[in-house]
Amino acid sequence: MANQPTALERFVQGILPENPVYRQLLGLCPTLAVTNGMNPALTMAVSVAFVLVCANVVISLIRNLLKPHLRIVVFTLTIATFVTVADRVLAAYMFQMSKTLGPYIPLIIVNCLIICRCEVCASKQNVITAAADGLGQSIGFGLALASIAAVREILGTGMLMGFRVLPAGWPDWVVMVLPPGAFITLGLLLGLVNYIDFKREEARK
Amino acid sequence: MSLKNSNLVQAWLVLLLATLFGTALAGIQAKLGPVIEANKVKETMAKIPVLVLGEDLAAELADDNQTLTIKSRVVEVKKNGITKFYTVYDAWLPEGKMIGHVVKADGQGYADKIELLVGLDAQGKRITGLFVLAQKETPGLGAKILEDAWRGQFKEKSTEKHLSVVKGGGAKEDQIDAISGATISSKSVTGIVNTAVANVASQLEVTAGPEKNKTPALQNKEPSKNKERS
Repeated sequence: MANQPTALERFVQGILPENPVYRQLLGLCPTLAVTNGMNPALTMAVSVAFVLVCANVVISLIRNLLKPHLRIVVFTLTIATFVTVADRVLAAYMFQMSKTLGPYIPLIIVNCLIICRCEVCASKQNVITAAADGLGQSIGFGLALASIAAVREILGTGMLMGFRVLPAGWPDWVVMVLPPGAFITLGLLLGLVNYIDFKREEARK
Repeated sequence: MSLKNSNLVQAWLVLLLATLFGTALAGIQAKLGPVIEANKVKETMAKIPVLVLGEDLAAELADDNQTLTIKSRVVEVKKNGITKFYTVYDAWLPEGKMIGHVVKADGQGYADKIELLVGLDAQGKRITGLFVLAQKETPGLGAKILEDAWRGQFKEKSTEKHLSVVKGGGAKEDQIDAISGATISSKSVTGIVNTAVANVASQLEVTAGPEKNKTPALQNKEPSKNKERS
């Protein structure tokens, strides 16, 4: 248990240094699938944040009762419960958005980011640290989704959340809101993040 | 095997959590389930005036603070040994004149099921509007079935002949222009409309007036799906 990061460190790490999408390459299914617009991306980010923080807190509370060979079952059970809650709440109060996101909300159950945080942090550290970790990682995940969604929505439709960003004459690059656009955008942004990192590393030397 | 090593004892936490979580979820479903169902019904109900009256008249009616009387019923169609159920909404003007019907129909699209609302006039002779309730067609291509420009083509079409889909514009009477790059989605929607109209048009006659059927309990009652059984 020695040398575990503190709550603050966990929180900060999740946002950029250990960003779930750009650094750990976790949770890529929703990253690719729902980033064709800003609104679905943000809804997904909030849902994941809810599930991640709740699951982290619950797992951290019962961490001393966990049996090593049964821990994954307990993680999955906890995650599935909160995902179901998120899915039902969306269907009840954000009906149209729930229809847009379709199966991707139930699919948060298999988002490896959440099980990874339960395993790495929540099952080993106290509640405060686990909550901070969940929050940090969620913000990192949200930022990643928002950045990809912004690029795709602007290039694909010339608009962002209903406001025209590019001139009306912009020939909408429809491919950007289609699945290939997700791969292209993610690849290019990943490359950009790595390039910036590389430059900063060089400058330090 | 000692008690401590038995699988059930080892899994006590899993069993306990499963029970707790299950109970909690049942509670949430009991609370939110009706809200979700109401959302679905509300979406359909909100579309009916536009479907039978058209945008302008529906807006006029809403401005006058008046609403249509809407009653739903289930129409049973037997064909080739298959019984298919359609939910039909009958709409009356505030003064009691039958104004039209809306048929809920579904069928296979290019990707997943497409659910439609088809508006028909009082005699079932003309299509008065089309709305897509649910679809998962390709964004940017097949999803254009959602757009007014394409859906509007169905307006004023006669129900006497089957509608056909043509490519490259120049659709005449009884024809629907295909969305470029989404011929399958266009054909799916047209097919669903054709089938629904053919099956239901003959059974639209309503003898009873709106007043007799004004039981509120009946108004929101609808089967969750058009069930098919052989």
